[in-house]
Amino acid sequence: MFETIRYEVKDSIAWLYLKRPGSLNAFVSQMNREVKEAFKKATYDEQVRCIVITGEGRAFCSGQDLSEVNEKMDHGQVLRDHYGPMVKQIRQCEKPVIAAVNGVAAGAGFSLALACDFRLISERASFLNAFIHVGLIPDSGNLYYLTRLVGQSKAVELAILGEKVTAAEALSMGLATKLFPLESWENDVADFAGRLAALPTKAIGLIKRSMKATQELSFDEYLEHEAQGQRIAGLSKDHREGVSAFMEKRKPVFTGQ
Amino acid sequence: MNSFDFIATSIEGYVALIELNRPRQLNSLNRKMVSELVEAMETFDRNDEVRVILLTGKGRAFSAGADIDEMTNDDSISLELLNQFADWDRFALIKKPIIGAVKGFVFGGGFELALCCDVLISASGTEFSFPEVSLGVMPGAGGTQRLTKLAGRTKALEWLWTGERIPAEEALKYGVINKIVAPELLMEESMKFAERLANQPPLSVRLIKDSVNKAVDTSLSEGMQYERKNFYLLFSTHDQKEGMKAFIEKRKPDYQGK
Repeated sequence: MFETIRYEVKDSIAWLYLKRPGSLNAFVSQMNREVKEAFKKATYDEQVRCIVITGEGRAFCSGQDLSEVNEKMDHGQVLRDHYGPMVKQIRQCEKPVIAAVNGVAAGAGFSLALACDFRLISERASFLNAFIHVGLIPDSGNLYYLTRLVGQSKAVELAILGEKVTAAEALSMGLATKLFPLESWENDVADFAGRLAALPTKAIGLIKRSMKATQELSFDEYLEHEAQGQRIAGLSKDHREGVSAFMEKRKPVFTGQ
Repeated sequence: MNSFDFIATSIEGYVALIELNRPRQLNSLNRKMVSELVEAMETFDRNDEVRVILLTGKGRAFSAGADIDEMTNDDSISLELLNQFADWDRFALIKKPIIGAVKGFVFGGGFELALCCDVLISASGTEFSFPEVSLGVMPGAGGTQRLTKLAGRTKALEWLWTGERIPAEEALKYGVINKIVAPELLMEESMKFAERLANQPPLSVRLIKDSVNKAVDTSLSEGMQYERKNFYLLFSTHDQKEGMKAFIEKRKPDYQGK
């Protein structure tokens, strides 16, 4: 069903592989659309409790495929039609989302990684806000997320100087959650994803919802939002399971309900 | 009450719940459904045990609009003779408060139905839209009138001309809805609000609705006179005496709607 990506669900984890290794997984509009569709699918699939997006081959994603760029096009409209809907779909997802950055994440590929909740990086990973080198601005939500992740001053550097960020630098500036060695990369990512998939999924969704609310609401409004979130969490099976496991001094088994 | 084909009704405490019940069709409104709705509302309006009407839709959408299949063969004359909007006019005559709990899609006729409510509580993520323009028509059950009174001419024209989907936050900003709550809590929060309203003195609630609706439709000086009459009228109620007595005696009033 998908051509530019590969989508698999295994052990409650949805794996989404960008599958254009010949062009370092560069975006064409079909890939924008398929990533969006895959996220939608994973969001509504009750089996899925964690989503991992990664790249096939040596790159994570190199950004827009320049062979598809026609200089007569309306750059704004491309974002409205293709990239915006994709990153909005990711933002709507209330399940934990991991970018497993296996290689270079450049341009919109960087933005894609930023749109995820966790960035796991391999020693081969790097990030590059390449837009400035062709006289464009970082897009697909890049600056919105980047500023919040690494702060204003670092974000300005990355956006304006357009220098490559190595894996070690990414880790130290808080851009990445974990750096895994090459030899155990796939296992380490699967373990991390498995850990997330076993947590109370509803509560994770409510945490993500609350985090978004902190950016949009006043403090008083936020407190009401938080109260509603806690009411919902308090009604969940996983909350009951967590409490009984604690009382019975055993490990909780969460189902995501 | 009669059993209905397209809606479901129930009463909980002082609150009457009406649910649009065609979830597989996203509660699209056919003519029978609208006449059932009017009948249910009028029955609850006359029922002394009911103080508040809560309207919602079963399934994931409040209502995706009118049943288009029913209209494709209509012409101007058949519509004039059918006079289907006469049913809609009766919504405006309901005296008790109508709270709408909306979610998912609130489109076309569904949006017009929502605008017949006095208070709208919306689940987050809900989208509102008047897509009629894309079918070569326009709203016919109050959409252009009620939306304009709420949001003003500027936004009403934009939304009605483009048919674009309005996110709940935008609807809140322009005064179309009262508040946004988490989807999981839509019914709980709406019921809470309904119960709070049901515990207010019913005649005050009734005449406040009557007076506020007057303000939408008349000059200030006429409205002031109208308000005054309603204010005086409440001084012949049991609840006014009870309310003021309870205030002086520092206790909770017991309102009876008399």
